[in-house]
Amino acid sequence: MADPMRIRAQAAGDKATVRVLMSHEMESGQRKDAAGKVVPAWHIQEVEAKLNGKSVMTAEWGAAVSKNPFLQFNVKGAKAGDKIAVTWKDNKGDTRTDEATVS
Amino acid sequence: MMLHRSISLLTVGCLLASAALAQKTAVQSIEEYRAMLQDGNPADLFEAKGEDLWKQKRGPKNASLEKCDLGKGPGVVKGAFVELPRYFSDTNKVQDLESRLLTCMETLQGFNAVEIAKTPFGRGEQNNMTALVTWISAESKGMKFNLSQVHPQEKTFYEVGKRLFFQRAGPHDFSCSSCHGQDNTRIRLQDLPNLTKNPGDGIGFAAWPAYRVSNGQMWGMQQRLNDCYRQQRFPYPGFASDATVALGVYLGVNSQGSASVAPAIKR
Repeated sequence: MADPMRIRAQAAGDKATVRVLMSHEMESGQRKDAAGKVVPAWHIQEVEAKLNGKSVMTAEWGAAVSKNPFLQFNVKGAKAGDKIAVTWKDNKGDTRTDEATVS
Repeated sequence: MMLHRSISLLTVGCLLASAALAQKTAVQSIEEYRAMLQDGNPADLFEAKGEDLWKQKRGPKNASLEKCDLGKGPGVVKGAFVELPRYFSDTNKVQDLESRLLTCMETLQGFNAVEIAKTPFGRGEQNNMTALVTWISAESKGMKFNLSQVHPQEKTFYEVGKRLFFQRAGPHDFSCSSCHGQDNTRIRLQDLPNLTKNPGDGIGFAAWPAYRVSNGQMWGMQQRLNDCYRQQRFPYPGFASDATVALGVYLGVNSQGSASVAPAIKR
């Protein structure tokens, strides 16, 4: 099971800034281990953010995104008390969803 | 003709000077980069994992670390980090955070401390160790270092650490002080703090544990010291060995009164 994300969401004016830290190896599939074998690719492929259950952002990620990625985006119309849920899915089929309340 | 040339040279000179003024120094650029990273320090992830591990029942004895005495009494975490390494009467030893955690993991949880110390960084229980030190250091974020030098062993460790710091050896005839014994020096673009005196808030000893963006790894002080020895082409010091703890005492006492920014973020 993957480690939890850290999500912070802060409302300012008519939008909220969401900051997400994900815990993931993000192995590119380009590296070799000590024995000279290619380390298989293992990275997040899909990211989706939902505001109160309604999808507000989707992203397709690849091998170029860093280990333990940091994602920041603005959600228009989000206000304090709203729920922001972020889901990622990696190329091994593993997935994780975490939720935060906009403050 | 001569006059004309000198005027144009002067103009070129002025242009160069203004270009130099507008250009940021390498150090300023790195500072800017660090500031950009500050907001999403992945050390947060290790911090959360460490807090969880502290409270989780684990090991052969199926116990948590919540009764672990880090020097301020069983279970007291806040403020413990900035007073370590220190002397512990139950083990009759000066211990840093990692070696103290080894003691707790053995006595409370039933883990084999020798086995954990032998495990390479980044594997098995060493990953848990890193998460624990990240969380414990974060609980003292912003507090000032205040290491005890009351017990005779603490004084001995300081003196030993000082000697180790200046001891030159290895194929490159290096010592810690070769890189960290002068003001305002750097390796490539990295500033090198002078650790023979107090380097100030959040520098040197006060900046670890830290997340390294370049390799995506979280490092505690033990791993930092280990890497210093690697760079000096020395044999690796034992994890949580007396030598590494003595260096910790030397660096920690020198940083007396400086605020800890751990867990920090490094390029």
